[in-house]
Amino acid sequence: MDLRSELASLTVEHLELVLVAVLIAAAISIPTGILLTRRTGMRRWVLGIANVLQTIPSLALFGFLIPVPLIGGIGKRTAIVALVLYALLPMMRNTLTGILGVDPAVRESAVAMGMTGRQVLWQVELPLAMRTILAGVRVATVTTIGTATIAAAIGGGGLGVFIFRGISTVDTTQILAGAIPAAVIALLADESLGWLERKLSPV
Amino acid sequence: MSAIVEFREAGYSVARDQGSSEILRELTFTVEAGETLVLLGRSGSGKTTALKMINRLLSPTSGEVLVEGKPTAAWDPIRLRRRIGYVIQETGLFPHFTVAENVGLVPRLEGWSPERIHVRVNELLEQMGLPSREFSARYPRELSGGQRQRVGVARALAADPPVLLFDEPFGALDPVTRLDLQKQFLALRNALNKTAIFVTHDVREAMMLGTRVGLMRNGRLELLSPPGEFLQAENDEARAFLAGLDWKTEGNGPSQ
Repeated sequence: MDLRSELASLTVEHLELVLVAVLIAAAISIPTGILLTRRTGMRRWVLGIANVLQTIPSLALFGFLIPVPLIGGIGKRTAIVALVLYALLPMMRNTLTGILGVDPAVRESAVAMGMTGRQVLWQVELPLAMRTILAGVRVATVTTIGTATIAAAIGGGGLGVFIFRGISTVDTTQILAGAIPAAVIALLADESLGWLERKLSPV
Repeated sequence: MSAIVEFREAGYSVARDQGSSEILRELTFTVEAGETLVLLGRSGSGKTTALKMINRLLSPTSGEVLVEGKPTAAWDPIRLRRRIGYVIQETGLFPHFTVAENVGLVPRLEGWSPERIHVRVNELLEQMGLPSREFSARYPRELSGGQRQRVGVARALAADPPVLLFDEPFGALDPVTRLDLQKQFLALRNALNKTAIFVTHDVREAMMLGTRVGLMRNGRLELLSPPGEFLQAENDEARAFLAGLDWKTEGNGPSQ
């Protein structure tokens, strides 16, 4: 296979890893973040766990997961699990911060107008927190694009395949063939999610 | 006249590190339909806490508060709140809603048809001196403080609730705008015949707007009387407030 077609297929594979991981992580962390605004007692524990996950070096985390039954092993599934664990914190924290940052007078008047808890959440808190939540999604996406290059170390594929091959064969071209597209994807994702953030922010 | 809101030995205390601290002590009074009862007091006197017990933003920790003869604890809080308009300082408007969406909020929650909401919103905006053609599509940040406050009043009136609560609504406005809104409040009250409970620390505002004035100090109601009698009160807290009035109006009296 020539470099160009391999580049295309690895880029697609990389994007798949990132997209699946970020979507799963968002589906877990945004509702959790909302729950944490209601449960002050749980807040410290859950954020603490997410924080600890974030501090594990990424290569080590991929390694740790290999022997774990069901979610572990060699391949894409393990890679996605690791990426999800990494992406949880920024989105969870921003959801929490965004909702807690809603002006208490606005929230109080929403309640006083006779809005139900669900209406306050969907019509007042989430729209006003949207910008902060999306900023969390953006941070999570950009870091996941970078971290996903390490997935190749456990057979997860993606642009990291070029980088690891380049390192082992001392071939700078191969390393750059992985690193440059990953950087370009990260920049594009940053820009487009930033645009979405401005577009969707209500105020 | 009949009591529309009634406090029966209502108390409110919050747990602190050592024991608990009492914010309100055995508050007992009634608010008659159609009157404007002003609760006057210093910061921390408990007046806002008392107000929030009426629409059950807070629940009394002892005694009870009755609205239309029924204890607030027995009301569905959502139904109760939709029967009570609530106006606070300008920050209470939803920043991500237009003026029309803010005003039409409770009617929308109540499931009115869009046409009916549209008609009602326009009617209210005109009534508040905010031509709907000019203001409907604006956002709160594009309004002056006085205009925001008018929108807040229109929002509270939207579903035609029998009771209105005002928590220092004009406190953040400049004196000229404040006087405008106070006059408008009087005009509206005479036109609509609503019951209003109005919290303020401004004795001049209390004298001007209240049909009765309740003076609060340290969580107790010290005095409850029409403005005319209030002016003659011997109570030292009342005198302290009235001293400010004499000085501010330079002997012109409050009856303007």
